Amino acid sequence: MSALIDLFSVAAIGAGLFFFFAGTVGLLRFPDSLTRLHALSKADNLGLGLVVLGLIPRAENPLAALKLLVVWALVLLSGASTAQLIGRALRRGRK
Amino acid sequence: MDEFLLSAAGVIIATVAVGLVRILRGPDDVDRLMAVQLLGTGGIAALLLTAYATRVPGVDDVALGLALLAAFATMAFLNHLDAGQGDASQGGSEP
Repeated sequence: MSALIDLFSVAAIGAGLFFFFAGTVGLLRFPDSLTRLHALSKADNLGLGLVVLGLIPRAENPLAALKLLVVWALVLLSGASTAQLIGRALRRGRK
Repeated sequence: MDEFLLSAAGVIIATVAVGLVRILRGPDDVDRLMAVQLLGTGGIAALLLTAYATRVPGVDDVALGLALLAAFATMAFLNHLDAGQGDASQGGSEP
């Protein structure tokens, strides 16, 4: 059973790594700022989300797992709002 | 399994470090801001992985704190970007 949990953790964290890598490549390769913003928010939310998903079965008590979810929710909310603010700054031409 | 978590944290930090090249190359301030935000999120993911690999108490709280501060740093920079023109000045906020 614990091997299955480890396998799930490895798979989820591996997928999280992939999305971090994809976001970073997108940040470096995309032509203009808005597309980079798109790539960045994918890496933020999905990469961290999958890492958290991989860590949840390893949490000792449900409270620690809840703390993981709280960290991810905070990053989701702050990432979404800052992406909107960056988009607004870009639209106003204030690079 | 713990070695895998630590190596995953290392890979995330390396990926984000490559993403920092955008700061050197980035034509606009907003692109540099995105690289810093990606560094924040990568840092949070690495902190969480290290917390669960080394089982040191309190490291996941550091990740929660970093999640909060990364959001504030981004918003402070964007507010500074709008300080000269736009609603920040009409809003009567102190220079």
